[in-house]
Amino acid sequence: MFSFELLLDAVVIGVLLGCFYAAVSLGLSISFGLLDVPHVAHPAFLVLAAYAVFFLNEHYGIDPLVAGLLITPLFFLFGLLAYRLYYETFEKRGSDAGVRGIAFFFGIAFIIEVLIILQFGVDQRSVTATYVGKAWRIGDMRIPFRLIVAFMVAAALTILLTLYLSRTFMGRAIRAVAQDQEALRLMGADPIRIKQWAFGIATAVLGITGALLIIVAPVEPTLDRTYIGRTFCVVVMAGLGSMSGTLVAAIILGIAETIVLTLFGASWAPAISFAMLLGVLAVRPQGLFGRRS
Amino acid sequence: MERRTLLGGTITAAVLGLTFGLTSAAFAQQPPIKIGMSMAQTGGLAGGGKASQLGIEVWRDDVNARGGLLGRKVELIVYDDKSSASETPAIYSKLLDVDKVDILFAPYATVPTAPLMPLVKQRGMLLMGNFSFQVNSKVGHDMWFNNAPWGPADSWASSFLDLGQKAGGKTIALLAADQEFAQNLAKTAREVATKLGMKIVFDQAYPPSTVEFSGILRALKAAKPDIVYVASYPPDSAGILRGVNEIGIGDNVKLFGGGMVGLQFGAVMENLGSLLNGVVNYNTWLPEPSMYHEGTKAFFETYTKRAVEAKVDPLGYYLAPYGYASGQMIEQAIKAVGSLDQKALAKYLRENTHKTIVGPITFAADGEWKESGVVQAQFRGIADKNMEQFRSSGKQVVLFPDKMKSGTLVTPFEAARK
Amino acid sequence: MKRNGVFFWVGAAVFLIAIALMTKLITNEYPFFAGYVILQFIVLAVAWSILGGHAGYVNFGTSAFFGMGVYTAVFLFKVAGAPLLVQIAAAAAVGALMGFALGLLTLRMQGIFFSIATIALTIVIETSITNWRYVGGAAGIQLQRPPVTWPFSGYVQMLFFVQAVLVVLAVVVSRYIQNSWIGRGLQALRDDELAAECTGVPTLRLKVLACVVSGALMCAAGAPAAMYLQYADPSSAFNLNYSVSTLAMSLIGGTAHWAGPIVGAILLGTTQQLLTVTISSEVNVLVLGVMLVLFVVAAPEGLIGLLRRVRDKRREGKQ
Repeated sequence: MFSFELLLDAVVIGVLLGCFYAAVSLGLSISFGLLDVPHVAHPAFLVLAAYAVFFLNEHYGIDPLVAGLLITPLFFLFGLLAYRLYYETFEKRGSDAGVRGIAFFFGIAFIIEVLIILQFGVDQRSVTATYVGKAWRIGDMRIPFRLIVAFMVAAALTILLTLYLSRTFMGRAIRAVAQDQEALRLMGADPIRIKQWAFGIATAVLGITGALLIIVAPVEPTLDRTYIGRTFCVVVMAGLGSMSGTLVAAIILGIAETIVLTLFGASWAPAISFAMLLGVLAVRPQGLFGRRS
Repeated sequence: MERRTLLGGTITAAVLGLTFGLTSAAFAQQPPIKIGMSMAQTGGLAGGGKASQLGIEVWRDDVNARGGLLGRKVELIVYDDKSSASETPAIYSKLLDVDKVDILFAPYATVPTAPLMPLVKQRGMLLMGNFSFQVNSKVGHDMWFNNAPWGPADSWASSFLDLGQKAGGKTIALLAADQEFAQNLAKTAREVATKLGMKIVFDQAYPPSTVEFSGILRALKAAKPDIVYVASYPPDSAGILRGVNEIGIGDNVKLFGGGMVGLQFGAVMENLGSLLNGVVNYNTWLPEPSMYHEGTKAFFETYTKRAVEAKVDPLGYYLAPYGYASGQMIEQAIKAVGSLDQKALAKYLRENTHKTIVGPITFAADGEWKESGVVQAQFRGIADKNMEQFRSSGKQVVLFPDKMKSGTLVTPFEAARK
Repeated sequence: MKRNGVFFWVGAAVFLIAIALMTKLITNEYPFFAGYVILQFIVLAVAWSILGGHAGYVNFGTSAFFGMGVYTAVFLFKVAGAPLLVQIAAAAAVGALMGFALGLLTLRMQGIFFSIATIALTIVIETSITNWRYVGGAAGIQLQRPPVTWPFSGYVQMLFFVQAVLVVLAVVVSRYIQNSWIGRGLQALRDDELAAECTGVPTLRLKVLACVVSGALMCAAGAPAAMYLQYADPSSAFNLNYSVSTLAMSLIGGTAHWAGPIVGAILLGTTQQLLTVTISSEVNVLVLGVMLVLFVVAAPEGLIGLLRRVRDKRREGKQ
């Protein structure tokens, strides 16, 4: 079964798949990684975005990526609102937001699932675009365009977010808020507004990555449940809040998963990635690239 | 808009009710005949469950329009089992002990049905099965009638592998989802392949949460099989076909498909469009002339109209006509027996051949169809983004069984895809 | 305090006698089927709260423990036809072992990291069971119940009673923990683990103990499900629903008092059972979602907290 060619193939596909995982986890890397919001509804927001893209594609023939960009501002506003709600109900009241925050977002996720079912039915949906269903040939190797799109979007998003967080005033403020809220307050900035802004960005990212989700594979209303484990796995393994770390961790997971799927017993694939996460957590609880302890 | 349809609906209902009230005064006085079941409204089986339920509902309305059964109205009681095995025992106990239903229908698919079998057997109730797979083999309930065209356990795999062998296939690759139904299919395929003297060169079970199939398909391709037998679920079926289209499957492959669930559902077929071409897959009903029976056409006319409103599969070939047929069989049995006695109904169902919109049905001793009614058909000339094309014949050419054959297999697979 | 204790034991006895009488007097089987599920959730919620409530470690892996309970029973039944009580006892032992492993994890991880680790653990275990052909693998396995033993008239009635005994057991343990030094120690480490450690609370030992007890109870609650369903498949046994529902029940009831999870489980469990046989559509899930959001927002300390606040207010009013 084993051959060098297959291994090379698996690595290439794994890298690209990992980029896709990174793209869908980046928003969570901000909301959970930097802001400490236990955002279990992140994948539900993602699936919602995918359905919005589907709607625009199906009814107006808009290219999925363009549709993703179109809904991004909407999702930004949606994020602002969601954070406000979360802040008013949890952070403002202080202690023990953790467990209840999780339950809260689970509730939100269920509500979103049902709204999608009521609007679109339970059938799976996918989009059409010129780059869906074709592949790029390099020698014997063929790489699906879908994954190349995912790769490019993930790379662009990682670079943009890293630059934003390190170069702009607001970006630095967001990172500061993650480290020391009090200090920021003393400097005269309003941490709540900064966090709200950051959550807005985290949600806005979902607009375009929702498009990726439906480009890479068909979606169905309860798809979010499989992505809860996956996205949190990536973010935690990366070390909270590191954008480039998220990319690397996701790529490691992608490669591991694909190699197992291709070369060893395929049915063990999910166990491998999560066993890796357990291993990382046991050895380096702060994650691979985490700075905070 | 909404309000107007609602108003219209109310008026129609009122008028209908009035006519019914006048024509059959006795109708209202007798308690209705209650048929109870659970059906997935949420979870992975919901797409199929909802379509199946609509099929049964169309039958209920038809039978009530004909004056009901034994002079009584037929009423359905349906609960959501969330596609899970853990909900059904309580639901069916409620149906039996609280709702006191007269007839039980099983939920769609094996997993929710399996926990019911002992309960139903213990209560001595007849159970009309709905597309579960070999669920009675251990329990041995003699009042189980699985209305699914699977027939004997191995007939499915042998129909496909026979085709492959005739096309000159000697090696086979098995790709199956690591889930209940697909694993059962893979198991029978392994047995049949050994019996036919074929060599299994690739045998993998992929996890249901798999996102990307390129890698595993690449490994499959490297094994150079002649026949590729795929047992998959709707989300993966689409992923696999896309992957095959993108990275190819090799020139050796003569036959591809077999047990892909989802390629019977309108939404999936529409999405995949031309990617379907060349795939040989199982079907339970197709719009081919040989598959129309008395009432089939009328059924689909009604179904198509109501499916839009109910937001379920617009084609509904896979499950809906079987839901209707289950109703028809019960209707015939009750009419013949003249009562709701479970034993007598079961005896009638076991001993007779039943005329339904999916053809004549006879049950074997184990409660499965005596003969397999599964059809293997090849997709031909499918265009992208067109739901309506699937309604015309010739888009899926029947290759098996011989008596329904409407064309010959085009091989190899890569050539058939064009 | 003393009088409270007497009330508690009398209450527990009355509860069990009532359950036993029910199995004799009620001929309709539905209350047992539905009641079994509710009782099962009470055990899960109470067990979950021992770790999640007292110690503040949020375990997302309820379904892992539940599923392992189911499969321990399946394995023992298949290999030796072991009787129900042996299945449950073995499941409790397996759960205790799993809990011990989980307890060691808390050595390195806290807060949300711990929760993520429990999710990972669930998936690893579920995948392993899915690949274990002997217990049916992904295809699932059908089981045939042995004949029911005296004095019960039916197997479901017996399972109902057994689950009720497990409820009493779980509540007794949980109440004992709350009122003993263990509970106080856990509370201390929940408020500030470092400070507790410094003041000489044996935090690791306490955490491991809580994990072991909680795990054993959850696994034990899962074991009878194999005989209840007479069928097991990994996707049903390890369903995410068990984790979410258990969490929701504990929070809705309130984790500050041992009675909270009971109240939550009865409320949410009954609602879910009722919805299944009334509305019975995707609206079911909607109700769960809305309930979660509403309770978490409006009653942050759960129903028990709400009651306490009302009582305190009234007392203030009187003074």
